[in-house]
Amino acid sequence: MTADVTPYKWVGTRSIRPDGLEKVTGRARFGADYHLPGMLVGVVLRSPHAHATIRSIDTSAALEVPGVKAVITRDDFPEITSEEAMSGESVVDYRDLSRNIMARDKVLYIGHPVAAIAATTRRAAEEGARAIAVDYEVHPHVLTVDEAMAPDAPILHHDLITNDPEAETRGPSNVGKRHFFDRGNVRAAFDESDVVIEREFKIRPVHQGYIEPHAVVADTDEDGRSVVWCSSQGHFLVRTLTATVLKWEPSRLKVVPAEIGGGFGGKTTIYLEPLAIILSARAGRPVKLVMSRQEVFQASGPNPGARVRVTIGANSDGTIIGAEAWMAFEAGAFPGSAVGAACQTVFAPYDIPNVGIEGLDVVLNTPKAAAYRAPGAPIAAFAVETVLDEVAEALSLDPIELRYRNAAEEGVASTYGPTFKRIGFKETLEAIRSHAHHAAPLKANQGRGVASGFWFNAGLDSTATVNIHEDGTASLLIGSPDIGGSRASMALMAAEELGIDQERIRPSIVDTDSVGFNDVTGGSRTTFATGMAVVEACRDVVATARQRAATLWAVDVEEVEWQGGRAQHLSGSKPPLTLTEIARSAAKTGGPIAATAALTARGVGVAFSTQICDVEVDPETGHVKILRYTIAQDAGRAIHPSYVEGQMQGGVAQGIGWALNEEYVYDETGRMENSSFLDYRMPVASDLPMIDTVIVEVPNPGHPYGVRGVGEVGIVPTTAAIANAIYDATGIRMRELPMSAVRVHSAIERRSDDGTRTPVG
Amino acid sequence: MMYTAPVTVDEACQLLASNSAAKVFAGATDLLPQAQAGRRLEDVLVDLKRIPRLMNLEVDDQGWTIGAAASAARLAEHSQLRSEYPGLVEAVALIGSDQIQNRASLGGNLCNASPAADSGPSMVVNEARAVIVSTAGFRTIPIADLVRGPGETSLEPGEFVAEFQLDRPAARRADAYLRFTPRTEMDIAVVGAAARVAVDDAGRCTDAAVVLGAVAPTTVRVGGIAEELVGSTFDEEALARCAALSSEACRPIDDKRGTKEFRRHIAGVLTTRVLRLAAERASEQR
Ligand SMILES: Cc1cc2nc3c(=O)[nH]c(=O)nc-3n(C[C@H](O)[C@H](O)[C@H](O)COP(=O)(O)OP(=O)(O)OC[C@H]3O[C@@H](n4cnc5c(N)ncnc54)[C@H](O)[C@@H]3O)c2cc1C
Repeated sequence: MTADVTPYKWVGTRSIRPDGLEKVTGRARFGADYHLPGMLVGVVLRSPHAHATIRSIDTSAALEVPGVKAVITRDDFPEITSEEAMSGESVVDYRDLSRNIMARDKVLYIGHPVAAIAATTRRAAEEGARAIAVDYEVHPHVLTVDEAMAPDAPILHHDLITNDPEAETRGPSNVGKRHFFDRGNVRAAFDESDVVIEREFKIRPVHQGYIEPHAVVADTDEDGRSVVWCSSQGHFLVRTLTATVLKWEPSRLKVVPAEIGGGFGGKTTIYLEPLAIILSARAGRPVKLVMSRQEVFQASGPNPGARVRVTIGANSDGTIIGAEAWMAFEAGAFPGSAVGAACQTVFAPYDIPNVGIEGLDVVLNTPKAAAYRAPGAPIAAFAVETVLDEVAEALSLDPIELRYRNAAEEGVASTYGPTFKRIGFKETLEAIRSHAHHAAPLKANQGRGVASGFWFNAGLDSTATVNIHEDGTASLLIGSPDIGGSRASMALMAAEELGIDQERIRPSIVDTDSVGFNDVTGGSRTTFATGMAVVEACRDVVATARQRAATLWAVDVEEVEWQGGRAQHLSGSKPPLTLTEIARSAAKTGGPIAATAALTARGVGVAFSTQICDVEVDPETGHVKILRYTIAQDAGRAIHPSYVEGQMQGGVAQGIGWALNEEYVYDETGRMENSSFLDYRMPVASDLPMIDTVIVEVPNPGHPYGVRGVGEVGIVPTTAAIANAIYDATGIRMRELPMSAVRVHSAIERRSDDGTRTPVG
Repeated sequence: MMYTAPVTVDEACQLLASNSAAKVFAGATDLLPQAQAGRRLEDVLVDLKRIPRLMNLEVDDQGWTIGAAASAARLAEHSQLRSEYPGLVEAVALIGSDQIQNRASLGGNLCNASPAADSGPSMVVNEARAVIVSTAGFRTIPIADLVRGPGETSLEPGEFVAEFQLDRPAARRADAYLRFTPRTEMDIAVVGAAARVAVDDAGRCTDAAVVLGAVAPTTVRVGGIAEELVGSTFDEEALARCAALSSEACRPIDDKRGTKEFRRHIAGVLTTRVLRLAAERASEQR
């Protein structure tokens, strides 16, 4: 629970965010807001086929179109050798990345780029695009894991051999990788179990739904250096990935971060940057590329769809003794879905002796999947947390009690490897069990569900610089894009360390030349890891300030302590010196006061969330209304409680959309039919109740303020909590996402046809 | 592309008569998204919002006159319109968000001729009339004759709608509109259903009609509703028969917004609910 009294003055307060004014006045600059003199407008020509070989591309007519200044195709990009690397939290193969950005021998989905044009106007660029002649040899395509794994399925990549040490055949396949993990003997455990429940699930692909489309301006000069303005979750990652696919030294690129209008994992990769850079190089002028919403849907990363089977065996006292999961993820056009993370997280909240997990990464003719908030975990949790609800029912146990009896805690060996340190899973269960929501009455056609979830969180690399100005104020130079209010959290931690007012600290997100390397704002890592760098740099500054006071007083530094933003002499005999006074005299005591901390953040604290949800189901239409929603989540320590709550509510809101309406709908040619916000139905404000939050604080011993990441775990349990509530309201088990009115209604119809309460899905 | 903003009906008629490539608009909440989606804008755009007659909203003993370009927000705020045509107002108030409400017009909603337009069923069930104008003068047609099919109206080149007319409703008569959408707002009707009901002192039905939207190329007036209901007190059985009539009357398509079967079923469900709502309202009136 949030402690009412903390030893802190700033940490834990709800200060006004430093970027708030710019955002509400519209002054903040997002990716598409940059304009340079002489700038050209670019458009991308995209494949109209889901699967085809490109025989030839003729750009000669396009170059004749008045206003067109440059046209680029596969011929303008170097061949990249296959190499796997980390991209934020996901694994990226540089060869695949370069081929996703610009198609080479084949196009693999509708929307795959085949050329890009820069012109003086959008209209000229569009006309240029129409003038490009592409000769395609069309192949049959696959749109689901079942189609892709069928024996006679068309093969997307003839050089893709399943990465599976146990495989017997070694021919080309649409299965990129098989993940597996075993512990104990799960089959024997099921034989001994009093209850064994096995269920299958289908999950459609969904999009991260960030409101801001991908956008970039690139200005490449005659020296072959380029400055890139773009919104991303990590401008250093943009630099690394872009440099790699262009075969450039990273230092030739300077990436300037724009404000970001949402990413949710989807902006931890690149699409447009290399195209804009090369167009700019060819045209000798800056080039801007902005995706339309349709391009965002058709060509940027959806979260994979999946097929999942989960089996859980338990004893009559509620002890889970065995659990098995099989998951096949739709990676899209290139391998590398989050199925690995799904395998690691699927049973992570629980202490289970016998486990069998298998995951398949399957390629198909849809856009390459990208990370989405706790990548992989929500899909796994939808299956596990609804099966647990059935186990609880079969054993006549309260679903929270079932989870509590099996909950992982400190010292338990997790199903993904490490042994848990101090964690707060049980505390989230207790928070929900004791919440007024849990005991509130329900009416007819209403139901209640609970579910829990886990996410690792990430540490990775961060650098931060603190500069003390001569007026005693401080700037923080940060290289982690601020997506959820992290500037406010950085300023609060710095205020606490320096002992000065939070308003006297100005945090800025600066370009790749102005601060040391930072990994992405992803993996819920920024307040944890970049915050740690800020704290270290501030401590360094304080050490310097004490030294300067010692110089001014002509005493030993050991006699000077730092309290309330002032240097004090231990004897109390000297009037304290404020940071402002020390800064003003800095020129006389040794020069400017500044510090940089560069670190790999260790001691990550994992996160858990438990959620409870009430729904009302219209029995005649199948429409599901979310009546009430409460989320409890272990934040470790909430540096800025409003932004922690914002992350929790945001995760739930996205989970509600995923549960009820969001899905990619493809026609038989592989074209997405609902590539607009009208028909891709994310919830609007009036679809959601006020989402109540309970911040649980079990401090992470690995962080100076106890921070755990909070950005992701909130979405993990949501679809299952809603499915369980729908069951409670209707007696129907939904095992397919989304649980749209059409699907719920047809499930109700099927039940009334045979008069039973058989689960459907 | 040329933008024009005439201030009289005559001036607008002249502009249309002298430019075959001219197009009228009001809120442009259909026009601009369509242009953004790739549809070419006409060479001459005629903004109707500066013409007082088209922004008019008036009632007298004869009936209501609603300017074709008056905003949805204005209609929704008019308390007398709300009490005489609660169903029409609830349909109009459903269009878009607050921002859209301030721009969207009844003329645009109907002349855009989307099968799912929310005002269509209510306007037809209330037997509204469209007053059409061109350099040739005025003509008045029943609203049901305005829309021919998706994106297609019966307007001749050079014509536009100046205003809509509605009679003053009789006592103990009321309308209602319900639509089914997956989201609460910012969505397009999977099915829309408007009902008009009249009752006697004892609450017995004296007249009733149902018109559906989004289930066929144009709005569908469901046949046989009055025959089922007149004389009844809207009992379950009679309403169920009306629901069946509605499901029968649909000629829906399968698309990303709903399957045929689902649309048929929802048309029935909404018919029952919207008739009940209209009947309650009619009984409450004197
Ligand atoms: C975000 C959003 C949400 C929406 N939600 C809904 C909704 O819930 N329900 C719904 O039904 N619609 C909805 N719409 C569609 C649109 O807002 C409505 O159809 C609106 O009523 C159109 O009115 P308008 O004045 O903006 O039309 P305009 O765009 O100005 O015109 C539309 C068409 O009608 C023609 N036209 C306009 N006035 C006349 C006239 N007087 N005579 C002849 N032709 C004319 C124009 O030439 C054009 O072809 C939505 C649109 C948006 C952008």
